[in-house]
Amino acid sequence: METLDSLPAGASATIIELQGDDAATRRLMELGLLPGEPIELIGRAPFGDPLAVLIRGTRIALRSTDARRIRIRLPPTD
Amino acid sequence: MSAVAPPAARVLKIACVGNPNTGKSTLFNALAGLHARVGNYPGVTVEKKVGRVHWREHTVDLIDLPGTYSISPRSADEMLAVDVLLGRHPDIGPVDAVLCIVDAAHLERNLFLASQILELGVPLVLVLNMWDAAQRQGLTIDVQQLEQRLGVPVVTTEGHRRRGIDDIRAAVLRIVGQSPPPPPAIYPQPFLDESRALADLLNKHAHEAPTYERERLLLDAGGFIEQRYAQHVNGELTQFLGAARNRLAAAGHPIRALEADRRYAWARRMLNGVVIAPAERPPSLTDRIDAVLTHRAAGLLIFTALMFVVFQALYTWAEPLMAACEAAQGIAAEWVAEIVPPGPLQSLLCDGIIGGVGGVLIFLPQIVLLFLFIAILEDCGYMARAAYMMDRVMAPLGLSGKSFLPLMSSFACAVPGIMATRVIDNLRERMVTILIAPLMSCSARLPVYLLLIAAFIPATGYLGGLVSLQGLVLFAMSSLGLIVAIPIAWLLKRFVFTTGESTFVMELPDYKLPSVRVVLYRVYERAVAFVTRAGTLIFATTILVWAAGYFPGDRTELRQIERQIEETTETANPEEPSPELAALYDQHNAINADLMRRSYLGRAGQAIEPVVRPLGWDWRIGVGVLASFPAREVIIATLGTIYSLGGDVNAESTGLQDALKQSRWPDGRPVYNVPVALSLMVFFALCAQCASTLMIIRRETNSWRWPVVCFAYMTALAYVAAFVVYQVGMQFVTETPIT
Repeated sequence: METLDSLPAGASATIIELQGDDAATRRLMELGLLPGEPIELIGRAPFGDPLAVLIRGTRIALRSTDARRIRIRLPPTD
Repeated sequence: MSAVAPPAARVLKIACVGNPNTGKSTLFNALAGLHARVGNYPGVTVEKKVGRVHWREHTVDLIDLPGTYSISPRSADEMLAVDVLLGRHPDIGPVDAVLCIVDAAHLERNLFLASQILELGVPLVLVLNMWDAAQRQGLTIDVQQLEQRLGVPVVTTEGHRRRGIDDIRAAVLRIVGQSPPPPPAIYPQPFLDESRALADLLNKHAHEAPTYERERLLLDAGGFIEQRYAQHVNGELTQFLGAARNRLAAAGHPIRALEADRRYAWARRMLNGVVIAPAERPPSLTDRIDAVLTHRAAGLLIFTALMFVVFQALYTWAEPLMAACEAAQGIAAEWVAEIVPPGPLQSLLCDGIIGGVGGVLIFLPQIVLLFLFIAILEDCGYMARAAYMMDRVMAPLGLSGKSFLPLMSSFACAVPGIMATRVIDNLRERMVTILIAPLMSCSARLPVYLLLIAAFIPATGYLGGLVSLQGLVLFAMSSLGLIVAIPIAWLLKRFVFTTGESTFVMELPDYKLPSVRVVLYRVYERAVAFVTRAGTLIFATTILVWAAGYFPGDRTELRQIERQIEETTETANPEEPSPELAALYDQHNAINADLMRRSYLGRAGQAIEPVVRPLGWDWRIGVGVLASFPAREVIIATLGTIYSLGGDVNAESTGLQDALKQSRWPDGRPVYNVPVALSLMVFFALCAQCASTLMIIRRETNSWRWPVVCFAYMTALAYVAAFVVYQVGMQFVTETPIT
């Protein structure tokens, strides 16, 4: 199963599930990272972590450890 | 004024809430002007900002609450906003209306918080700020339709241009005293049923919880509200909540994602047909700027260059301003000395009060410069990128990228550095950052290092003179605090601030041109806050230490000598050195040294000699350390007085260096050798001998506990390190008593 941290820069996907119930996950849900929502990986910080994503028109930075717990579905490749 | 305002005898309370990056502070300042009073709420670290204004015949208190994405309290700090909004905070009282400020360009996400506020049952005005940015993005927003659907007035504003401010005032005055808006239909029926059952349970225990609190009780397992009620209601509450959550999960509404899911679904319903976005997201300037500013190579290079400029400014550019401050202090003292006869009053004015005021003002150049940079970088959107880029560096310490700038600034001075920790929203990370910031080698330690290195570290060169031993020692002393801070941060995280985890989730807002007004206001606000809140405490400490060094003491002999010096100077030929005058000066300094020895401070220094002996120090060094409590660099002037050179010495004074070298224990051994110099330097590298830092910690944490903790741990650390350095160092020294 694909997770958000494996997405290459510039690629988009759809969120399937956020795992965990910690402060970071809750904050991400409050910011609108919810199942069914499209998400784009904008890029990574110079040292490889955190990641920057685009969700609901907002840029959000989050750590790889948190992105690893977000399952995504890639758009069909054709 | 009261003649025209019969219904408005009471002060109206209007609370301002909103997400971060919505321009809330700018709007608040536009509404409140320069009249906002800044303070602290008791028991929490949240800053209390209240601006009193007059709107028509009404007196209005505007209350600025910290920017937040959600009001689901997990700590006392987050609970504060809920208490204020529910009208339960004793300092504020009932709230008449709430201004909910949202970013017009990101309405969906902003309605999450707005939907929570709508449930509080307080009249509300929704302010769509940054209206211009929304229009630039090609969004059309049907404001009237939105007003109808939400049942609250909706106002559009551009805070940085002060557009729409009058509309806010009019809308607020229209709704004050009216019934609150209808609560939004967010939750499914089973949830509402559980909420009702919960109300019954709490009623049974004679508690009445507002709807919003009951929802939070169900949603936030182990949240702050649950902790608060659990104190009054026995295990029945926890039991009920657990069972209710299980029932909801079984009914297909697991609590974990329920709130976000439901609120976003509601927001989408509200905005469907109200907001029309262009089919294609227009290419954004921010993305193109980010491609450079957060680029793997260019981004880091630009960041390093920027930080270098900030550091240079704090370290070097502030210097002339600080020197001017000291010069002004000198002139003022001289002027006072001319009109006030010598005696305790003159000394109190010159050394105590003027010294105390100077000791406060000396920090202003650095505070103003740092906050000028921070305000510009924050307002244009770069600060979020700086934290984004530096997060990877700080994460191993259990901190986040937001701690980078405060810690880096602390290398110039911990006072503005600690004030800058306000950007850290995670309380635990903020506390750790505040407590390790004073370990960073600030500019006040430098004179101490320079003096002792010049006097006692041989000027040996290595690699053909490329590296000098003196330079190496200076480098080691400057890095020591940083190295020690790493395990300290770990220990604090492991044993003191054990709750909560380190997180980094941060919005990267659109870039914009910084507004001059916003930047200047923020600098002004910080400077005033420092002078009025911390300044008074710093001033008081300086006076106390001055008094300890001045009393008791009979200064008649000193005055006599001073008069003789004056007379002799008048008659002497300035071209020729006068041996008579030199003798008088020596006598004068000797009396001063004697007075210092017999003062309360001197006695304290002698009393603690047994304690500092294991560090290789004599009582003179002890007095120097005690006297330097208001500020580290004071030790130089104190040593100058004790060694009968007068207080006007500096780190480069060869006279003071010689005096240190010639200082002897009663048995004739020299007091200072390399291990003693190193032990003293290590002590100063790690100790908390800076009243200003401790006072700013007191202000920022709103508690005496943390400055005490900081002082205790740093002093213990400094003592142990100095002890080890001296004892180990002495193993390598063969003592040859010099006669």
